[in-house]
Amino acid sequence: MAAVTAGSGAGSGAAGSPQDTGGSTGGGGWRRPHGPLQRYYGPSTAEAAEAAPDPTDINGPHFDPEVFMTKVRSECPLGQLLAREAALGREIRALDSDMQTLLYENYNKFISATDTIRKMKVDFRHMEAEMDDLAANMAAISASSARVSAALQDRHRRGAQLAGVQALLRKLQALVEVPGRLRRWAGTEPARALRCHARARAVLRHYRHLPSFRAIEDESHAIMAELAQRLRARLRCGVEMLLQLEEPAEELSEEFLSQAGTRLEAELAALEAELPAADSSGTAATPPPPASDILDFVDRGSSAFVGTLCQLAGSYRALLPAGADAAAALVARAARERVDRYLRALQTFFLGCLGDVRQALAAPRPPGKEGPGLPDLLATLAASVLGQLKAVLAYVQLFTARDVAFASLPYFKGEFCVTAVREGLVVAFVRWLCRTARGFADGPAERGAPAAPPALLLLLARLCLDYENSTISYILTLTDEQFPPLESGPAVTPGPALCAEARAAAQRLLDHYVQVQGAAVAQMLRKSVETRDWLGTVEPRNVRAVMKRVVEDITAIDVQVGQLFEEGVRRAQSSDSSRRAFSVYSSSRAPGRYAPSYTPSAPMDTHLLSNIQKLFSERIDIFSPVEFNKVSVLTGIIKISLKTLLECVRLRTLGRFGLQQVQVDGHYLQLYLWRFASDERVVQGLLDEVAASAAHRCLDPVPMEHSVVELICERG
Amino acid sequence: VMWEPMGDGKKLMSLADNNILLWDLQESSAKAVLSSSAVLEGKGQLKFTSGRWSPHHNCTQIATANDTTVRGWDTRSMRQIYCIENAHGQLVRDLDFNPNKQYYLASCGDDCKVKFWDTRNVTEPVKTLEEHSHWVWNVRYNHSHDQLILTGSSDSRVILSNMVSISSEPFGHMVDDDELSDQEEQHQEEKIKEPLQDSVIATYEEHEDSVYAVEWSSADPWLFASLSYDGRLVINRVPRALKYHILL
Repeated sequence: MAAVTAGSGAGSGAAGSPQDTGGSTGGGGWRRPHGPLQRYYGPSTAEAAEAAPDPTDINGPHFDPEVFMTKVRSECPLGQLLAREAALGREIRALDSDMQTLLYENYNKFISATDTIRKMKVDFRHMEAEMDDLAANMAAISASSARVSAALQDRHRRGAQLAGVQALLRKLQALVEVPGRLRRWAGTEPARALRCHARARAVLRHYRHLPSFRAIEDESHAIMAELAQRLRARLRCGVEMLLQLEEPAEELSEEFLSQAGTRLEAELAALEAELPAADSSGTAATPPPPASDILDFVDRGSSAFVGTLCQLAGSYRALLPAGADAAAALVARAARERVDRYLRALQTFFLGCLGDVRQALAAPRPPGKEGPGLPDLLATLAASVLGQLKAVLAYVQLFTARDVAFASLPYFKGEFCVTAVREGLVVAFVRWLCRTARGFADGPAERGAPAAPPALLLLLARLCLDYENSTISYILTLTDEQFPPLESGPAVTPGPALCAEARAAAQRLLDHYVQVQGAAVAQMLRKSVETRDWLGTVEPRNVRAVMKRVVEDITAIDVQVGQLFEEGVRRAQSSDSSRRAFSVYSSSRAPGRYAPSYTPSAPMDTHLLSNIQKLFSERIDIFSPVEFNKVSVLTGIIKISLKTLLECVRLRTLGRFGLQQVQVDGHYLQLYLWRFASDERVVQGLLDEVAASAAHRCLDPVPMEHSVVELICERG
Repeated sequence: VMWEPMGDGKKLMSLADNNILLWDLQESSAKAVLSSSAVLEGKGQLKFTSGRWSPHHNCTQIATANDTTVRGWDTRSMRQIYCIENAHGQLVRDLDFNPNKQYYLASCGDDCKVKFWDTRNVTEPVKTLEEHSHWVWNVRYNHSHDQLILTGSSDSRVILSNMVSISSEPFGHMVDDDELSDQEEQHQEEKIKEPLQDSVIATYEEHEDSVYAVEWSSADPWLFASLSYDGRLVINRVPRALKYHILL
């Protein structure tokens, strides 16, 4: 304390020092106006924590006056101390005045807020009173207006009626004047006459049943007919004069046709506009109803459009007899285009049918209900395609019907029949069918795109085969009957060529089917061999589940193929006990083969023996083309899967029990697969090779006793 | 394990599961030091099945096969350069580079096909051969005449094919014009006019079991050997007519 008083020697300093300590902590707080806020929200606490708590920092939170004073006293000279004390005093005074100003301002604001609120309250009370008055007035107004309108209701109705009647009368008057007007303008201004007539025509037709209207209509028709005659005479003169001037007839006909064409197109566009707008968004559940009644639409279409067409045709023929060639060419072109369109329609139809079939195959079946059988699907597909083809032929026949004028043209008799119909339509369609079918086999598998389901491949193969057998010749004879080709006409694709194409497509599809199914089974086998630990496996107690699965899958494939293809020829079994005979055979061979562990000299013999045997047995082609019967297809699939098993086994090293497991599996497969293959020696041979390779790859080849193997298989 | 084809025999590459490891042999060849490696990322257990150095580009490229994909790697950065997806239906068994033509690669697989690829455009094979009736285990180009291709398959056949159209000499042996006399020139023009057709030269069916390896001899470019499961090694020669046709 003595030191403190000594330190603050000047008079104001003595008073200042207790204030000092009090004010400095307070000053520190005010000097940083957001200090408390910052402390609350965080960042300065970090900063403050970082800086070492400095007891001598006046503005810091850890200010300690004792420490501060000792430090200051020890460090600073007297002059500096005095200056500091003065500065502190000034700061304190400034802070005080700031505080007072802030207080005063706050108080002012508070007062003004209270005043404003009071004023608002008063004003709202006034407004309430005014709103009540307004409501009362409005009620009064609405009551009086209701009274007025009720009073005038009656008169209003009668006035409207009279207005309607007047409009009707005006229209009738206009109609009555139509013939007069027509007559007046027919001579001089045909355009106006036409317009007037067009306008009136619709109404007249509608009210035809009323006799008075009938009369008007007849009159106007007569006048218009006269007008048409006159115009036609003028046209004929014009045309004749042009022809005399040797204008080329084709140009004239072209011009005439183009004019007529625009007219017809306009009418067609009007008709189309009436149709419900094509639902491009596809969101509406049902299409909107047509704008006009369907009967009316058809009537208008047929009478107006076709009538105009006939008229034009007639006038054309009357005017330009020399234009026959152009006309024929035109008709020919129209015919060809029609045929093209029919072809495209056929193609889309076929694709649609295929899509349906695919959907039927892929649809999830409710449990307990069999899906559509493959023969049914095939029958429906074939029947629908054939039906569609016949319908199209019938349509096209209209072109060559007896009563049509241009059918007698040489073009139609000869070239049309052959080129357009036979080649362009029928042959092209059949070829396209074969190509598309092949596309299922060749295309998708390469790029890994979703491939066609195997059942679809089978179906298409059978379809192509049927086409080759019977349908193509049927179609061709039908076409020839309806459109007899000329003897000296252009070359015709012979039936056998098409049949060959169909057969090739069927072959390709069937091969692909075999490959796909074989690959599926092979993949299962491969996975099973690769993922099993063959070295350390235990003694086999039962057949592996994957083998049973393989047999089940092959049985399912057998059923599926059996639905569409016939059984096929199999190598005749020698006797019922042939199975047992074969197994005895293999068991008699088995000790000889696996003997190496017992007789050292045997390895040479067994190798020689097996090689000689291989020389005599036929080499098995694995991915060879299959024939069109069930047995051949299944043999192909079995060959592929067994060969995969062989190759995979050769890549692994087996322990003794691994070998025995392979032996058991092989026996099981042979028990169940022999009945599917066309030649059971094939199955036998492959399985023997599997066993032999396994024995080669085995560290300790001790085969299981044959009776035990049989026991295990029968149990499984 | 594959040695670098050129250079001083110091580098070699090995494939283990899904890693490619590049080794550097020390001077005394006493031990090998791992210089870089690359790992194949992907789901499931990916395993490299085979790989090959590319003899071009100063030996900085290798190609590997795993499942149905063929990938090319740059050995300087150990990153993948190109990737041929779905090269073969089930599994790619072997690869080989064309020794004379850059960017050409042949691969064979379990769909019984041999496909030739241009690595600049890996969406479509340049050519496909479908002569075998089961998995093709090996495909090899002849070291000097790259139109001769040897393939061995588990249908016990070895097929020698003449892939002239994609070899480096599609039009036969070219001779400089000023060396020829007039008669020879005419003859030569006739020969050059039409490119030779690709064909199967010969099918060797001496094996009784699957053929697992075929190789060309490095001493004599017309000699090749094939090995099958039953332990039989067969050595064959390219037919003489074809040999003279190619040489002359």
